Amino acid sequence: MIQMRRFILLLALLASVLAPLTAVHALAPDEVLADPVLEQRARALSSELRCMVCQNQSIDDSDAPLAKDLRVLVRERLVAGDSDAQVIDYLVSRYGEFVLLKPKVAWHTLALWIAGPLALIAGIAGLLLALRRQRKAQPVAAGGLSAAEQAELDQILKGGTGDKS
Amino acid sequence: MIVETGHFALVLAFVLALIQSVVPVWGAVTSDRRLMETAAPVANALFVLVALSFAVLTWAYLASDFSVVNVWENSHSAKPLIFKISGVWGNHEGSMLLWVLILVLFGSLVALFSGNVPAPLRATVLGVQGWITAAFLLFILATSNPFERIPQAPIEGNDLNPLLQDIGLAIHPPLLYLGYVGFSITFAFAVAALILGRIDAAWARWVRPWALLAWVFLTLGIAMGSYWAYYELGWGGWWFWDPVENASFMPWLAGTALLHSAIVMEKREALKVWTVLLAIFTFSLSLLGTFLVRSGVLTSVHAFAVDPERGLFILVILCIFIGGSFTLYAWRAPLLKQGGLFAPISREGALVLNNLFLTAATVSVLVGTLYPLALEAVTGEKISVGAPFFNLTFGPLMIPLLLAIPFGPLLAWKRGDLLAATQRLYAAFGVALLAALAVFWAWGMRQVLAPIGVGLAVWIMAGAVAELLSRTRITEIGLSRGLSRLVGLPRSAFGTMLGHFGVGVTLLGIVMATAFQTELVRTVRPGDTFDMAGYQLTFTGIAPRQGPNYTEQVGHLVVRQGGAEIAAMDPSKRIYPARGMPTTEASILTFGFSQLYVSLGETRDDGAVDIRAYFKPMITLIWLGTLVMSIGGIISITDRRLRVGAPKPARAKTAGLSPAE
Repeated sequence: MIQMRRFILLLALLASVLAPLTAVHALAPDEVLADPVLEQRARALSSELRCMVCQNQSIDDSDAPLAKDLRVLVRERLVAGDSDAQVIDYLVSRYGEFVLLKPKVAWHTLALWIAGPLALIAGIAGLLLALRRQRKAQPVAAGGLSAAEQAELDQILKGGTGDKS
Repeated sequence: MIVETGHFALVLAFVLALIQSVVPVWGAVTSDRRLMETAAPVANALFVLVALSFAVLTWAYLASDFSVVNVWENSHSAKPLIFKISGVWGNHEGSMLLWVLILVLFGSLVALFSGNVPAPLRATVLGVQGWITAAFLLFILATSNPFERIPQAPIEGNDLNPLLQDIGLAIHPPLLYLGYVGFSITFAFAVAALILGRIDAAWARWVRPWALLAWVFLTLGIAMGSYWAYYELGWGGWWFWDPVENASFMPWLAGTALLHSAIVMEKREALKVWTVLLAIFTFSLSLLGTFLVRSGVLTSVHAFAVDPERGLFILVILCIFIGGSFTLYAWRAPLLKQGGLFAPISREGALVLNNLFLTAATVSVLVGTLYPLALEAVTGEKISVGAPFFNLTFGPLMIPLLLAIPFGPLLAWKRGDLLAATQRLYAAFGVALLAALAVFWAWGMRQVLAPIGVGLAVWIMAGAVAELLSRTRITEIGLSRGLSRLVGLPRSAFGTMLGHFGVGVTLLGIVMATAFQTELVRTVRPGDTFDMAGYQLTFTGIAPRQGPNYTEQVGHLVVRQGGAEIAAMDPSKRIYPARGMPTTEASILTFGFSQLYVSLGETRDDGAVDIRAYFKPMITLIWLGTLVMSIGGIISITDRRLRVGAPKPARAKTAGLSPAE
């Protein structure tokens, strides 16, 4: 148990200060394909596939044996004539979605994908609302006016531009 | 005995933090001046006690006192002095102690430099700082005591993780913590404003220097970490969208938004409620970062469940502070007086746009970082969210913001003239267009996005310069009078200019190094020569070498350009015997802003070795840009208007020198 704890501690420590773990020498020269176009595709694919035993590293960056196996596997599939999508499907069928560094757009990842744009849209909507409220409301401090004063002020301001600051 | 003194000082500090949490705030609420006055001396005493405790731990490391568990686990008698010192915070317990040390340092600084802040606000701010201090001191004492002893002291220590034995790692955590923890002050000010139900432009003026200071440290800390990863990890990457990096990047994004919204509040009394929210949000993200990094939850949800003690403790702290402050916000914020009207096209409008995009970007990074954890915890499904995802979602949110940067400072307050601003940017636009065309001409269609990226970077840089020049009206009033106006501009004008210019510089580095990097992976034998972006590298062999606490295999390469020998490179692979752990030490040569980068891979039996070599054009601009941004921040802090404790404008200004606000 102590050892387990120490191990976890070490992992946490590594995670804390190291960001990604040590990738000493990822892609080895003997893995590189002769065909530069295929190799280019292999590199692009590799950077989107996760080395599943590493912490947030693509198989392109990692020196773990598993990453090497996957790099070789990706190249084998490409040489066999698979399209990029076929290679990805094949890997997902074997290793699950965890292997994808860019998750597929699906129901269970929908919130993930739309969070940023949604925040932006919500922000814009909020701003427009605030602007409209601001146009309607008085430029002076809020909360100090009764309904009658409000009406009187509206009367005065009628036809004004709204910018009274 | 000495070690126990440190432990005792820490316990005493906890008790004082409890006093600081209650007495001054009570004084502020009941308007009891005597109670309020206790805040400053207690804050200073806290700093002295925690500093003493930290000094004791440092002493234990220097003396290699292996009867202390923490020293035994993380140090070694043969370790070089500098790493004995940095080893103090190169582990969980020590780094939490450093966290608290910086927290109380800031508390003490607030006590010293807030003489002009009204007594109730000052007392409450220090009180809130006291809550945070007490919570984290309790965390250290209860779960992460660095002073724990071993009954039978071992002869030798386990040594520090070799990856941490690096000057970069000696500086990186303190800088990052100064940033993280610095935002506790803006948080404390925000919570104090909510408690006291009062907030005005002066509040923003007191808060802004602290926010700037924290932001500068956080910027430098992130940049430092990025450069460290670049040279130490051996494959030349400099940003990985790792959850740990995101943990520091999110407070940076929110903090950047906070800096900008505080300007609006100070100048126009607008966005008060939003600024308060942002201050809370920023520090919440700092706390979240501490939780993510310290709890082990990132390794996997399961690792967290196996050893939940520390993680749960921080989670509780997190929930109390974030939940508490947001509840307080929901309850009290409506009481804060709203104010300030403005048109969409105005300086305020531009700053709101900045906040909009920065906040949306923060949300997208936040969700991307937490989503896999949440999904696994809820459904058990494991997904990965990595660099390709963030590049796709974060990038598009940044582009409109980057495009808009040059316009912001050129718009007037209240009601800006977009057309006039655009006219003043014609020259900047021309320069950017030329730069984009030049890149396109040189590289053609090979990299379609590169010209656009370079154009955008130059647009930001040229726009920043154009804005400063237009403030001098140098084209209208002539060079000499223009220059004298330039000298008379407030420092914050230079701060803005450098801050924005630095963004352009960093962007230029990112685009150039990403688009035009040359990479080579091959096996070389002694005597082999290969070509790298116009440099010829000859590998002459590999030889063992003995370091103070490691052994290494050093490769030797001679670099030639046009036949002439210009430099040598010695990349190496090290083994630290104490932990049996290997590291790669890349060799980096800098030419102008560009770098040649070589790291060693596997060695073969016949003397051949795998190497990876890169030429990374203009890559140093990435970090130089952050340096420029930080200098901008520092210059802004020294602005007379913001200088803490400075009286209102006292200097009689001549008409020609008055700043054009």
